[in-house]
Amino acid sequence: MVSETIELRGHIIDSLILPKILDQILTHGANFKIGEINIGQRRTDQSFARIEVAAETSEALDELMLRLRQHGAEVIERENVQLASAPADGVFPRDFYVTTNQQTFVRFAGKEIEVRPAMSNSAIALDRKNASARAVKFFDVKVGNEIVIGQQGIRVVPVQRSTTHTDLFQFINTIVDADEPKSAIIRELGRELGRAKKAKGKIAIVAGPAIVRTGAGDHLVRLIESGYVDRLFAGNSFAAYDVERVLYGTSLGMNPDLAFARGGHENHLRAINAIREAGGISAAVRQKILTRGVMHACVRHDVDIVLTGAIRDEGPIPGVTTDVIEAQKIMRQKLADVTHVMLLAAIQHSLAVASMLPPMTKTVCVDIDPAAVERAVEHQPLQSIGLVTDVEPFLQELADSLTHSRIRE
Amino acid sequence: MRELLLCPPDYYGIEYEINPWMSRARGAEAALVQKQWKQLHATLSNLHCEVHLISPRPGLPDMVFTANAGLTVGRKFIPSNFRHKERAGEQPFFATWMEQHSYEVSWLPQNLFFEGEGDALFGGDTLFCGYKFRSDIQSHRALADNLGCLVISVELVDPRFYHLDTCFCPLPDGAAFWFPSAFDDYGQRAIREHVVDLIDVSPEEAMHFSCNAVVIERDIVLPEGAPKLVTTLEGRDYRCHELPMSEFIKAGGACKCLTMFMPQREKC
Repeated sequence: MVSETIELRGHIIDSLILPKILDQILTHGANFKIGEINIGQRRTDQSFARIEVAAETSEALDELMLRLRQHGAEVIERENVQLASAPADGVFPRDFYVTTNQQTFVRFAGKEIEVRPAMSNSAIALDRKNASARAVKFFDVKVGNEIVIGQQGIRVVPVQRSTTHTDLFQFINTIVDADEPKSAIIRELGRELGRAKKAKGKIAIVAGPAIVRTGAGDHLVRLIESGYVDRLFAGNSFAAYDVERVLYGTSLGMNPDLAFARGGHENHLRAINAIREAGGISAAVRQKILTRGVMHACVRHDVDIVLTGAIRDEGPIPGVTTDVIEAQKIMRQKLADVTHVMLLAAIQHSLAVASMLPPMTKTVCVDIDPAAVERAVEHQPLQSIGLVTDVEPFLQELADSLTHSRIRE
Repeated sequence: MRELLLCPPDYYGIEYEINPWMSRARGAEAALVQKQWKQLHATLSNLHCEVHLISPRPGLPDMVFTANAGLTVGRKFIPSNFRHKERAGEQPFFATWMEQHSYEVSWLPQNLFFEGEGDALFGGDTLFCGYKFRSDIQSHRALADNLGCLVISVELVDPRFYHLDTCFCPLPDGAAFWFPSAFDDYGQRAIREHVVDLIDVSPEEAMHFSCNAVVIERDIVLPEGAPKLVTTLEGRDYRCHELPMSEFIKAGGACKCLTMFMPQREKC
């Protein structure tokens, strides 16, 4: 939405100019927010109103402004953004504006330009020729790029709590602690995912190794098989644990079914080696080396797998992006159209994903550590819920609710 | 005694087209023009009005429509800022004349179009102002600032009724006659809220410029062609003086357009 601020003065109440202006804004598909209104006390006193008018497109807003001006609306001139050139590749000018992931507009040459994508912790590069503005990371900036500095001419539109309907996120929007009941919320989350699937939303999972280690992998497989996962974000270790579990029954030497397992840590390395030998996860599925597990389910059900590495990783498994800058780019791109994301027992990966999310992505964070949940959900105000719990019962209950046909829309 | 300003129609003619009534192909008949104007002059003079005359100027055919010269309240004269360049040349002549006759000339900002009494009529203490075709609504606020009165701004939506005085005529008893569909819904509502007693003029009679009337106490000077309105007004004890105005209607004007009150109101 692009916006302008208008001011009305005069006998706007007695002349019905104020209601006329507000009606015209609405009938043109735009909306308004009255910032200030002073109504004259005596008969001859004039009144004043300051109104922010927002429309879908710049063209629609221009046309509306033209009409409103005819009825006496004065459009308040806003200041343009200030710009400075990037002094070197990968370096922003001092005092560069740091973005949030909220919808942001910059005013340039008297027009509002939306910054795309809505990406946090970036600078804003302005392209005069194309009248476009984009959020840029350090690696993306080249010497001489015009970068927005200071705060002038910038408008941020925070995500608003919906007034038309209440969904799980907007209703709860908080953290459910370890000692609080969760079943009703998990069932409601199941319904939300059902609605998302029906509406062709994109559901992403960020999966931590604890899923495999606690034996919750089978529940995640049920979600994948039922079509509730479009994209899986994980590290090298998650994939390695999952493969190890399938091939050796252990994950990092632990067996969820047996109190004491044999083989120990070496199973982990043998599993990685098997995938490397096969030429990757998909190849291992094709060659029937990998016949079960989360990664297998992802390959079989066309779930987009986005694997990125960490320093302590063994291997890596082929297909894991180990260059962190490259990994950021890929993750950002793969998160751009995600409507729902579940951050499951993967604190570092979850925080990385949360920092890259578009503002409207609905976010669920599940972790046994309250601090981890708190840090993840604060990235998505009004769009997130956190559950402090072991991931295994959570996934079991969610998979049960979705696969036992309990969902009634 | 009311004082009025008229301008002899010596240079009047349809020389350009700035409203839907004007057609250069349909010119005014000079002899008839003189006859109709003189009849108006005589009628107003007989109503114990002091009629002042401003000298007409060649090249300014519409100067005859003195209502558009400005708005006079007490000894203050607020000159018009004409929208069309064809009429802009009238402004200095009217301003100078008023100044010479001891009126304080109070200018509105030059960037605000305002066409005088044509778009500004008092109904009681309230100044009703029309906007869109000729005057800007912004000029109304400037008027309210200048005069300190309540200004009701109403949007005109029918280009044939491009000035307020072509579709709205306040009466001294607080009533008014008007042609409602010349206004948008909000304008109609605003007028209804501020004028309790409204007489609707039919579309056929409105097309004869019946609302373009000069009201001097109980006397109403209006163009002929509105028998229903005349009957209504006479039923309310007004004396109606119906005049032929065909040659001025060709330019989109009639009795009221040809007359400016000096002043329209003594004070706000």
